[in-house]
Amino acid sequence: MGAIEANSLVKDFDNLRAVDGVTFEVKEGEVLGFLGPNGAGKTTTVRMITGVLKPDSGRAYIDGIDVTRDPIGAKEQIGIAPEEANCYIDLTARGNMQLAGELYGVPKKKIKEKSIKLLDEFGLLDRADSKVKGFSKGMRQRLILAMALVNDPPILFLDEPTAGLDVASQRLIKERIKDLNDQGKTIFLTTHNISEADKLCDRVAIINNGQIATIDSPEKLKSTIQSTQSALVSFSGNGLSQDKLKYLKDLETVEEIEKEGDKYRLYGLDPGEIVEEVVDFARSENLKIISLNTSGPSLEEVFTHLTTG
Amino acid sequence: MYRLPRLGKSLSIAKKDLKIYYGKGPVVIFGILLPFFFFFAFLVGRKMPPLSLIAGLSGMAIWFTSTSISPVVVPWETRTKTLERLVASPISVTEMLLGDIIGSITLATSISAVTIFAVAAILGLMPVNFLTLLLGIVLASFCFSAIGVLISALPTDTTSDIMMLSTLIKFPLIFVSGIFIPTSNLPGWGTMISRFSPLTYFVDLVRFSFSGSGSPWMDIGALFGFSLLFLFASDFFHRRTLLKRL
Repeated sequence: MGAIEANSLVKDFDNLRAVDGVTFEVKEGEVLGFLGPNGAGKTTTVRMITGVLKPDSGRAYIDGIDVTRDPIGAKEQIGIAPEEANCYIDLTARGNMQLAGELYGVPKKKIKEKSIKLLDEFGLLDRADSKVKGFSKGMRQRLILAMALVNDPPILFLDEPTAGLDVASQRLIKERIKDLNDQGKTIFLTTHNISEADKLCDRVAIINNGQIATIDSPEKLKSTIQSTQSALVSFSGNGLSQDKLKYLKDLETVEEIEKEGDKYRLYGLDPGEIVEEVVDFARSENLKIISLNTSGPSLEEVFTHLTTG
Repeated sequence: MYRLPRLGKSLSIAKKDLKIYYGKGPVVIFGILLPFFFFFAFLVGRKMPPLSLIAGLSGMAIWFTSTSISPVVVPWETRTKTLERLVASPISVTEMLLGDIIGSITLATSISAVTIFAVAAILGLMPVNFLTLLLGIVLASFCFSAIGVLISALPTDTTSDIMMLSTLIKFPLIFVSGIFIPTSNLPGWGTMISRFSPLTYFVDLVRFSFSGSGSPWMDIGALFGFSLLFLFASDFFHRRTLLKRL
């Protein structure tokens, strides 16, 4: 059994089916990215797995514990930075850490030690005794993550951990996520940031209309969309004349050409062959190639492809 | 799987409530100043026996203090988005509500006890049954705080909605609970309603504690029964409405 398991989860709100038979498993030590457009059922799914919401049918398991039967036991195994959740702004950073620790049943002495260590790791130790009221969004987000780690959980649920943060805070949080995964923690990362999911996740699950549209590694998902493979080329001079552009369009390996600034993107099934033909074309026309790259589809394209039908 | 409520978790919630909410303006205004002004506005120009004074003032103090913050903690947490944090933590709804009640009891008991004993000293009264009075203060704080928490089950994040509902319940109950007019002087329907007000039993218990006449058991039993009733009702209704807040 995996660290997290969702088995045919269903949830209705009034007449609307928010989650429709969601099934997946997250292995121990894995980072799973959970993507989906707004209203796709992400938050409802996470709430069912974390014991906040009871499913209408289906089961969720955390470390083998049935979340519906023993929600408190399951919650004790996880650290969670829920969507939209906040820390207490009238408490100090240390006060928030202490409250989180007490709610998770961590012994007082350990809370003290852990608080210092985590606040230090998240760059908040010098503000430990300041009220959170005066913290920036980035500082609050870092505190929320530190609070999620106070019980040293084997499984972490992070909901949009870098949304709306400055570059430095984003980088710090991403590095910490990587470190935590290196320490063996299982991470369930809900995000809208596709490049973040691409860089951090072992596998990505895309949910749409309450159902899992796909679940696989980012690279495998990208390879499923062949039609968007391309070569990106830039020539010296002031762009190509209509004749030269037509010549490129008529190449057998090229299906479509798009101008992107001073570059041309040539789509086709075999970008390697496109490159060879572009090089021959440049030689014959005495054109200097400034840059030439091949690229597969991005995870964003996979996401768009799967969620817009 | 049923787990017994763990007191330690509730105490953590209570500690949090006391640190965050009980230093705020509404506690001072609705919990301390309002009952005094309200009571003295009624008192001026009338002659009341000291026993009626102490019973009335005690009732007002504990009633207003217990219900000053307990109804607004949950809506407040809904608005500030801290409620989801609590719901996602390994604590039960019962533990969370008990924590809110304990926080309210702590404040209500301490403020009311000081007020009651200070006013009693000014009036030259000494409790005949000290322990009964203390038990009454704790029981009444529990009962009234549970009423406050029950009121907060209304699934809103607007504290003014809750304050309005709370005022609608708080003020009428004062008039039928023997604070200003002894329940024996009320019309028949008033006497009938007064029996359903837990405040009646506390006022009666204070009279007993200072006079020694009558029996406290009916009052203690009623306060205990009402406390359990409101605690279970809070738990029931909050479980039904909690998810509408997230």
